[in-house]
This record gives sequence, C-alpha cells and structure tokens, in this order.
Amino acid sequence: MTGAMRRTSTGVAIVAELVAGIGTSHVPAVGAAIDNGRQGEPYWAPYFDKIEPVRAWMAEADPDVCIVVYNDHASAFSLQIIPTFAIGVAAQFPPADEGYGPRAVPVAEGHPELAWHLAESLILDEFDMTIVNEMPIDHGCTVPLSVAFGQPERWPCRLIPICVNVIQYPAPTGHRCYQLGRAIRRALDAWPGDERVVIFGTGGMSHQLQGERAGLVNAEFDRAFMDRLVADPVAQAAVGHTEYMREAGSEGIELVMWLVMRGALDSDVREVLRVNHVPTSNTSNGLIVLEPR
Amino acid sequence: MTRAARDYDDIPGTYVFDGEHSRRGYALNMFCMSLNDEANRAAFAADPEAYLDRYALTPDQREAVLTRDWLGMLQLGGNIYYTFKLAIFDGLTMQDVGGAMSGMTRDQFTEMMVAGGRPPDGNRYRREWRSDTGDDRDEGNDRGDEEDEHGGGDRG
Repeated sequence: MTGAMRRTSTGVAIVAELVAGIGTSHVPAVGAAIDNGRQGEPYWAPYFDKIEPVRAWMAEADPDVCIVVYNDHASAFSLQIIPTFAIGVAAQFPPADEGYGPRAVPVAEGHPELAWHLAESLILDEFDMTIVNEMPIDHGCTVPLSVAFGQPERWPCRLIPICVNVIQYPAPTGHRCYQLGRAIRRALDAWPGDERVVIFGTGGMSHQLQGERAGLVNAEFDRAFMDRLVADPVAQAAVGHTEYMREAGSEGIELVMWLVMRGALDSDVREVLRVNHVPTSNTSNGLIVLEPR
Repeated sequence: MTRAARDYDDIPGTYVFDGEHSRRGYALNMFCMSLNDEANRAAFAADPEAYLDRYALTPDQREAVLTRDWLGMLQLGGNIYYTFKLAIFDGLTMQDVGGAMSGMTRDQFTEMMVAGGRPPDGNRYRREWRSDTGDDRDEGNDRGDEEDEHGGGDRG
C-alpha cells in the first residue's frame, strides 16, 4: 500500500497521525448529570472539576477523528446477534434510546472512508470484524464524547465507533484486545490521509452493578491497572477474566477495552493526565491521557 | 447436562452471564430490551400482563418481572444491563436496584458508594461469606451450592 502513499516534498509518507490514547469510564449517570445541568451539584462538582484539564487538553489536541472503543449495552445489539468486535462505517450515528429517550447530544458524523479502510485492513490482518452500516450509539460512546468535549452543538471531530462484547461471557481476552489495538495502529499507519486521530478505550473502572455484591469498588486495583497500562501493558494484557471479575467486579471486565487503546500506541508512552474519582453512580471512575513519546 | 465447574463460580453474590445463564434468560432479557422502544413502553404500561404474553417467559420469570424482584430476575437468567431497562421504565436508579439486590435501601447503598464502595476484602470468595453471623443472604451464582450457608452481615 505504501506505493499509493501521498508524500511530502521531502518524500515522507503522509499518514494519519495518532495523537493520543484516552482511557475513560463511560458511566451513564455522568451523561445525565451533564444533560440535566447538575455538574455543579455537591455530588458531581468534584468529578467535573477533575476532568476540566482533560477538556482543555482535548481542545488543544483538536483531533479530526475519534475512534471510540466501547461496548454497546443492549442498544444497537441484543442477545439476538453478539459480535465480539464490530466497527461502525456509517456516515452518521444517532444517539440511542436506552429506555428514557435518546440523550440530547449531537448526531455524530462518521468517517466512512477511514472506517472502511480500517475494516478492510483489520480483516486482512486476521481480525474478523463485524461491519455495521447502521447503528445508534449509546452511553458507552456518547458519555466519553461528553467527557472530552462538553456540550458543543456539533461534536468537533468525526467518529469511528468500535464495539467490543463484554456483556455476554466470554469477552475477548485482554491479549486479543491489545493485539487489536496494534492492528488498528498498523491500519492507521497505512492510511494515506493527514487526519489527527485520538483513540478512546472506555468502560470500567472497578464496578459491579449486579447481585448481592453490587457496589464493589477496588481503588487499589484501579491504580495498579493504570500503572501497568502505562508501563507494562503486555503484562496487563495477560490478566484473565476471572481476576478482573473477582477483583474489579463483574462489570470491571470492561477494562479490557482500554487495552485496545493501549495497543494502538507505541510501547513507550507519556502519561499526560490521570483522574480517579469514587464514586460516579456505582462506579469507580478513571481517566487517563497517554501520548506517544 | 450441566457445564463443568468454572473458576469464577466461587465469586460471591455474582451471576456471570455465561452461555448457560444466557440461554435461561433469553426471553426475559429480550422482553427487557424491547423497552428501548417508546411504543413498547406505552404498551407495557397500558397492560403489563398482555404485553408479557408476547414473550416466552417462564412462570417464575414472569412473577419476578411483575413483582420487580431484581435479584430473582438475575437468578433466572437476567442480565443487569437488560433488567435495568425495566428499572428505567420504573424511574429507578442504579442505587435503588443495587440496594434492592444487596439488601439495603437506596440511601444506604448510596452512602456506601460515597464512602468508597463495597470493599474487595472479604468479598472475593464465597467461603468468605460463610460465617455464623446469621445473615440469610444468598451467595449468588445460583448453582453449585455445595452447601447453602450464608454470609456475614457486615458487608454493606
């Protein structure tokens, strides 16, 4: 594919630039707090104060495209069809009705050309993606956008959603997620455009929504997860599902999606920002911004 | 024929949504999913019994839905992301449902979360929930109950 590359006057190939990776929780109550103007309330203000630097960083980074890796929560997909990895190639992604009407957020503009390039590249790279031409995006995708951008009239970037099944056991392994991230990076490095891209890995951190153990939070696990995500992602990618479920709660398994983001970055990264906040709703909320060195 | 034991079976108070669980709960979860649709919400509100007739629920599942037995729904194959659609329909929050499943009021549950959540210590293994403090809480998983003992009351 390099033969088709556009090149600068000095002969350097023009490819998409991966500006950063962001790991963030995608708690629906955070979206509701934003939509309902409750960010200043005592319960919410400490969290929103903490993420203010992230919004400032995003405004500065000003990406053209955000790839958001998240899990659908019985919105676009159901138990009828359960894709392990799916990529949205649509021109537009409307917010989903999750039971209380769609969130009052903009319809996200897609990037079909780059999304189809990713689908083709990933499948030929032996990641058998499900290709999705029409899908609403639920809080798993819209809340990270709200966290990053606040409440603009239009999202300031185009969106490529990548969905990972983490609801029906078994989710893909952490290792597989990390490898998917690496394959996404190979695809971006072969894309003959000059888009600036940020990739989000979302979900987690520790939380358990179900059963008699509901409310489990393991802040120590979350800190260690972030440390290893930065310094030794290969070791973190080897952690199995039962350890996540036991230590970080049954829904803590969502953290494997952060490994997709991490896999797309270089082995050596710079940690720009880190936020931890307990609780948002029933969840330990975490956010990390990583830049290539 | 039931599946072989899994290493996650000994996590207390937790219903891992594996294939066995998913099979049991398919109709229940698909009913819950249907509440994403405004017209379906209106139909369910107008006549819950008639609406439920559209889904092949077992009598136990139907009863759990009608009585809003949130823990019961999980034990009968429900998945929290699906059953929570019913909670949204009722105008409830995750704190209401989390409390209902773990034997607390919403306020108690919220207070626990604000204080840092339920700690992992003492809550990793089912054996840790087996004590003689007299709490009658189910240990979860709804299978492999090698002994039906019950855990301590200080986990909230």
